[in-house]
Amino acid sequence: MSKEKGLLSWLLTGDHKRIAMLYLISITFFFFIGGALAGLIRLELLTPQSDLMATDTYNKVFSMHGIIMIFFFLVPSVPATIGNFVIPIMVGAKDLALPKVNLLSWYLYVAAGILGLYAMMTGGVDTGWTFTTPLSTHYLNTNVVTTGLAIFIAGFSSIFTGLNFIVTIHKMRCPGMTWFRLPLFVWSNYAASILMVLGTPVLAITLVLVVLERVAGIGVFDPAKGGDPLLFQHLFWFYSHPAVYIMILPGMGVISETVSTFSRKRVFGYTAVAFSSVAIAVFGFFVWAHHMFIMGISNYSMLVFSLLTMLVAVPSAIKIFNWAFTLYKGSITFETPMLYSFGFMGLFTIGGLTGVFLASSGTDIHLTETYFIVAHFHFVMVGGMLMAFLAGVHFWWPKMTGRMYPEKISQLAALITFIGFNFTFFPQFILGTLGMPRRYATYPPEFQVLNVFSTAGATILGVGYLLPILYLTWSLKYGEIAGDNPWQATGLEWQIQSPPLTENFPSIPIMDHEAYDYEWLEGQKEKVASVG
Amino acid sequence: MSHISPVLWQFLVKWLTNFSLYPPQASKIAPQMDALYFFMVLVSLIGLTIVILLITAFSIMYRQKKHPVPVQIEGSTMLEATWTIIPLGLFLIMFVWGALIYFRVYTPPANAMNIYVVGKQWMWKAEHPGGQHEINSLHIPTGRAVQLTLISQDVFHSFSIPAFRVKREAIPGRYTTVWFEATTPGTYHLFCTQYCGTDHSHMIGDIVVMTPDDFKRWLAGSTSGASLAQNGERLFASLSCSACHNARPDARGPNLANVYGSKLALSNGQSQLADEAFIRDAILNPSQHVTQGYAPIMPTYQGQISEDGVIALVEYIKQLNSDYRIQQTTTTTTLLPESEGKATPAGQKPAGQGMVKQ
Repeated sequence: MSKEKGLLSWLLTGDHKRIAMLYLISITFFFFIGGALAGLIRLELLTPQSDLMATDTYNKVFSMHGIIMIFFFLVPSVPATIGNFVIPIMVGAKDLALPKVNLLSWYLYVAAGILGLYAMMTGGVDTGWTFTTPLSTHYLNTNVVTTGLAIFIAGFSSIFTGLNFIVTIHKMRCPGMTWFRLPLFVWSNYAASILMVLGTPVLAITLVLVVLERVAGIGVFDPAKGGDPLLFQHLFWFYSHPAVYIMILPGMGVISETVSTFSRKRVFGYTAVAFSSVAIAVFGFFVWAHHMFIMGISNYSMLVFSLLTMLVAVPSAIKIFNWAFTLYKGSITFETPMLYSFGFMGLFTIGGLTGVFLASSGTDIHLTETYFIVAHFHFVMVGGMLMAFLAGVHFWWPKMTGRMYPEKISQLAALITFIGFNFTFFPQFILGTLGMPRRYATYPPEFQVLNVFSTAGATILGVGYLLPILYLTWSLKYGEIAGDNPWQATGLEWQIQSPPLTENFPSIPIMDHEAYDYEWLEGQKEKVASVG
Repeated sequence: MSHISPVLWQFLVKWLTNFSLYPPQASKIAPQMDALYFFMVLVSLIGLTIVILLITAFSIMYRQKKHPVPVQIEGSTMLEATWTIIPLGLFLIMFVWGALIYFRVYTPPANAMNIYVVGKQWMWKAEHPGGQHEINSLHIPTGRAVQLTLISQDVFHSFSIPAFRVKREAIPGRYTTVWFEATTPGTYHLFCTQYCGTDHSHMIGDIVVMTPDDFKRWLAGSTSGASLAQNGERLFASLSCSACHNARPDARGPNLANVYGSKLALSNGQSQLADEAFIRDAILNPSQHVTQGYAPIMPTYQGQISEDGVIALVEYIKQLNSDYRIQQTTTTTTLLPESEGKATPAGQKPAGQGMVKQ
């Protein structure tokens, strides 16, 4: 990483590693704002009445929780931080193909974030993160336009990151780095980048239409003017369903790296895992209307979208089993990234399987729009993605900072997170099955006990998230010096110094072995030993 | 147990005695949907157990202390095929099974009793064919198929009855339908499940399921004097619909008798089934729905009739299976031969009785 000192050297940097760190700081900031809002939601739901805040306030709180967590944390989480840091190194390049675009993407993110916060401070927004028309266009008097604009800008930051990754992976691979020698982290980020580049513009257009409808009354979604209110949802979900894969695919990439490293074994079924990422990206574009089964879409579209949704579940199952079999005959240790990865595998399996309940059109009628769906996507997004993000942050922390994090306390944090997570979200599956609707500030008293469990769990989860902030910050100064390759991992990023040089490699590397080739790594060590 | 605070203790006891994993099954479809639900729970538990077992077993067997040297394995096509095909097969079963239930929930039987439901911020208004209307509650009999025709007056709402396992979006400007047959008398939750603004969580109500006899008594006791169709008839007259739609040979508007359920040839060359949605659209947006052979002279009624009014008109037009009463009252002295020939005994049915298609 660049050695230059001073704020300006950071703010004007072209170094992908520094930009990654900038992103890491900014998304952590937004994560804790989103998390605080989640805390308010859980506190309000401790009792059936609306006592902590008025319903309007509650509506704003859950809307902003969703908007911040999705657009300002989950979408950029792994790609913009870890991906930004390691993808150029993994492909053997000295930077991303377009370093200035990379920096621009961070500035857009920050601008969007500030605009979003401004909208929040000056009255907030209560559309839900889904901006459903005509509620958002005709019935709410909150900062819909400002927030829409913020997400619009954040969208471009995401497009630029995706574009940069695609160009880099196509054009900047070092000699010998064939597609099938790429680490699986690169494959999954590549798949997510395609979704970003193709999907995000549709979201941007949709938000522009919402703004125009609000400001100028163009009537695209207004039935009174011949518009179609369902059209908004088709457009919105055309982005927002693939967005789920934008969020989860990079996390899956992290798991491939950690599971392999801590079993000291190549990923089982490399090609199957690689192609399942691509399959998810392709099928992911054709499942959006499964959000609309109860909205009067035709029986034929229901059949098509339900079937395709079932198909998109298969590649996820393939990945889970391949990771499990990567452990087979490995030599396994249980450092923090591995514990988070196990957490991911268990929770993502539950999240994925409960997704099938919603893909099956019959049960979807009963379960959609209830807490079942809330629990389902939190299992995927928090149980899955956030666990993967934390696995990745711990895994690459020594590479990013040159320091080790303290192992024991971070293992404890991983455990606390896992327990707190299940306590928080598992009761919500039962709540949903019992029929409790989502986005309710008040609820019938018989649902209280399960809500109390959920709130209690959230406090544990909160501790699980605060701990890493504390000990990771501590480790920046007091952590053990990590060395080049503390995990004995095979990736190119582990063969260079920590933190890496500005230009990553002293000279252009030549890739002469497969990914996850632990025998090659042994050979390297022997070579060094014999020379020494 | 004396250490546990009495409040907390009461709380837990109350909960444990009432604990259930799923809501009451109070409709015919509920046990069918629960069967699929529990099948999926079972498959999920098995799947999850397999994953957890694999991870745990491998973690114990191949931990570094016990297994210091890893054995590099590329993969196995056989295993890849196994965990592709078995989940795929199971998912396909769930797809077909789910679709069968979906069709059942959204395909009402022909003899269903139709009740209109209008959603608006933040209440539900139900209109029974006999003119009874209720807010945030819905009374229905057991053992009878009930169809709801839903519409929203403002934003998206969603009509959800967990005990029946049914839910349907109420969409602005468009009818949607759902049906169910209640099996167990009782009072059940009605929720709006689509976020609709400030008081979304207060847009709730009661579904009151009664025995057929109780329901008859309730209907008799809640009558407002005029049936939905009678209200529609009044509107039909007061909006001067009858000036053109008067069923005379020289009428400027098409004859509306028996129009409901028929296939109409439109002036744009298409033919369309005249269902509730079509009749609604034809009133509000007539220029897009001109019947062949007629001039596009009808003005739009968009914004001039409330959603309730449109429902009354639709209901009136639906039960016009003969000449209009209006024609009989205004033109009794000059009955035309053509309309005489078409008169049927059913035409004398008092409005309000013809609500249910038999």
